[in-house]
Amino acid sequence: MHAEREILFRESAAAALLDPQLRANFRRAMDGLISKRQAQFPDPRDLQELRDLSTAIRSRSLLRLPELLEQLEASCTKNGIQVHWAETCEQANELILGLLQARGAKTLVKGKSMVSEEMHLNAFMEAHGIEAIESDLGEYIIQLDGETPSHIIMPAIHKNKDQIARQFSQKIKDAKYTEDVDELTAMARKVLRQKFLDADAGLSGVNFAVAETGTLCLVENEGNGRMSTHVPPLHIAVMGLEKVVADLESVAPLYAILTRSATGQAVSTYFNLITGPRGADEKDGPREVHLVILDNGRSRIYADPELRATLRCIRCGACMNHCPVYTRVGGHAYEAVYPGPIGKILTPQMEGVGIRHDLVHGSSLCGACGEVCPVEIPIPEILVRLRREATHSDPSSSVAGKGTGRLASEDWTWRLWAAVLKRPALYRLATWFATRLGGALPAGAPLLRDWTRTRTKPVPARRSLSERMRAEGGSHD
Amino acid sequence: MTDARTAILGRLRAGGGEGPLPSLDTAVMERRQWPPAERVARLRRGMEAVHTEFLDATPADWPAVVRAFCDREALPNLLFGPTSEAGAALAAAWPAGGTQLLPYDRPVEAFKAELFTTVAAGFTGTVGGVAETGGLLLMPGPAEPRLLSLVPPIHLALLRASTLQDSLWHAVKALGWGRSLPPNALLISGPSKTADIEQTLAYGVHGPKRLIVVLVNDLA
Repeated sequence: MHAEREILFRESAAAALLDPQLRANFRRAMDGLISKRQAQFPDPRDLQELRDLSTAIRSRSLLRLPELLEQLEASCTKNGIQVHWAETCEQANELILGLLQARGAKTLVKGKSMVSEEMHLNAFMEAHGIEAIESDLGEYIIQLDGETPSHIIMPAIHKNKDQIARQFSQKIKDAKYTEDVDELTAMARKVLRQKFLDADAGLSGVNFAVAETGTLCLVENEGNGRMSTHVPPLHIAVMGLEKVVADLESVAPLYAILTRSATGQAVSTYFNLITGPRGADEKDGPREVHLVILDNGRSRIYADPELRATLRCIRCGACMNHCPVYTRVGGHAYEAVYPGPIGKILTPQMEGVGIRHDLVHGSSLCGACGEVCPVEIPIPEILVRLRREATHSDPSSSVAGKGTGRLASEDWTWRLWAAVLKRPALYRLATWFATRLGGALPAGAPLLRDWTRTRTKPVPARRSLSERMRAEGGSHD
Repeated sequence: MTDARTAILGRLRAGGGEGPLPSLDTAVMERRQWPPAERVARLRRGMEAVHTEFLDATPADWPAVVRAFCDREALPNLLFGPTSEAGAALAAAWPAGGTQLLPYDRPVEAFKAELFTTVAAGFTGTVGGVAETGGLLLMPGPAEPRLLSLVPPIHLALLRASTLQDSLWHAVKALGWGRSLPPNALLISGPSKTADIEQTLAYGVHGPKRLIVVLVNDLA
């Protein structure tokens, strides 16, 4: 799913900034999430120890990645979970479509899965006559409006209650208008319970996949994940290949830091461990469980020892909750599956650092994301690295689209600059013109307008520093 | 997709994870420990904060406590696993009349629509609880099917105080989950909930609207 045109974050961000309702919705939600997270980590020493442990667990998993994936496959297979591999989203979609068609499945009920968003699975299934229904309440809300998630944990966070009330009354059959959250929730429950009951297949993501036991771990509050994975006769799970962890002991700390970092909860309502399809004597559960392991650019990220840290991510969303840019522009402005700081480093690496170079610049590098990341991904450092990758083609670099974000105008500016600095006479002449006439340049002049778009025009001093020093009797020594 | 598998693993191996594995200091997990009585209080506090309800019981009277709840709520029926230890004990002590005990004794396909529409509550045992955060540990299976604790609008769960673990970390070790797991195991900390509409908590979105823990005090 690579973008073909250059996508300018600065343009969509500018548009988002003009929407006061959107800004208010995000501000309120992010402030709430920040204080809830903080309340879960009262002891800074405990937090740091837990972060260190979680980082070490994720780093170890990545260092042993190929071996752990093979072990996961073997354990799952032993448990009766059928494992499939996909290099691209297209392959993964085809694979899942094949599984559904072979069983005559027409409806697919979905638990929340960001990888399925990455695959644009819903659109693909619809194009092939299969109804894919989102069952996470937030995902259901945005699916009704044909939108994409604006946050990886809370997909409908850009909407407020009134907007959802209007939407439900228009789009759900026989629904009356109400702004009562319990009543709105009850409406969705009624619709979706019927969907769970009728669905031919269920699809879920995977929070952690345990290599040793062949277990798929799902973290959720609503119960839609359990419904999607236990009620229909067929369960298909999709995961990015980085999700594997060596053993279940390693999952406990990751789970502890995930829910606290994400929503400020010490524990989620459900932590569901799936280790196989319905057993011989079991009375319910899916007859078949399939696991699709997706690459989609991850193995390329993996090849770079510094950028590999991107793959430690456990998708908690804390970086977006704490990001001053995300809070102001919301998730849709990024025009990417993964918004916010993690999206700013993940999207360019997946889609090409050239066409998405604007994203790596859309940051003040304040460092909040790196500071709250439960697995200590150095997001600011990676942003800086990717800024360089966008304009340089280092032969040893494996970054997608390296060097393709280089602007001819910027190139020429630096060449001119170098030429002037190497020639003292030319330099003095240029300085004389800049100090005497620079102030007369219109703010919209070429090159200057890139600076003045978001800043006031700089006015050069009447005389340069070295002119003043000469005049006032100073010396260069 | 053997080709995809070979290609992916090939790229990962070429990309190379080299260097020593960082060591794991698990002290932060280990030190989360409490004496048995405090474990109960912590679990209760954690779960009550997310709307779980508790019924106090003794090893002898818990079936009567379950029955009294059903009577009070005027539940027409209660689904249970007749071959589980807790289920068998419940059935043995169940007086005739009033709330009808429905055995979950056949494949779900035989009564799926009924399960979603007419079953009022489900009863399960637990294999333990988690003191640190609050939470019940369940191992659904042939005796107590998976949907018993999920589909009915009320979930009643029997928890013996002596089975409480300090944390999920300790529970994984104590229950041997790290080595082998049944097809399904889970932690439940409250009734189903969501905050997807304006960060406002709403209970009973897809799963049970109420979670009732029948807490048996079997601490000496």
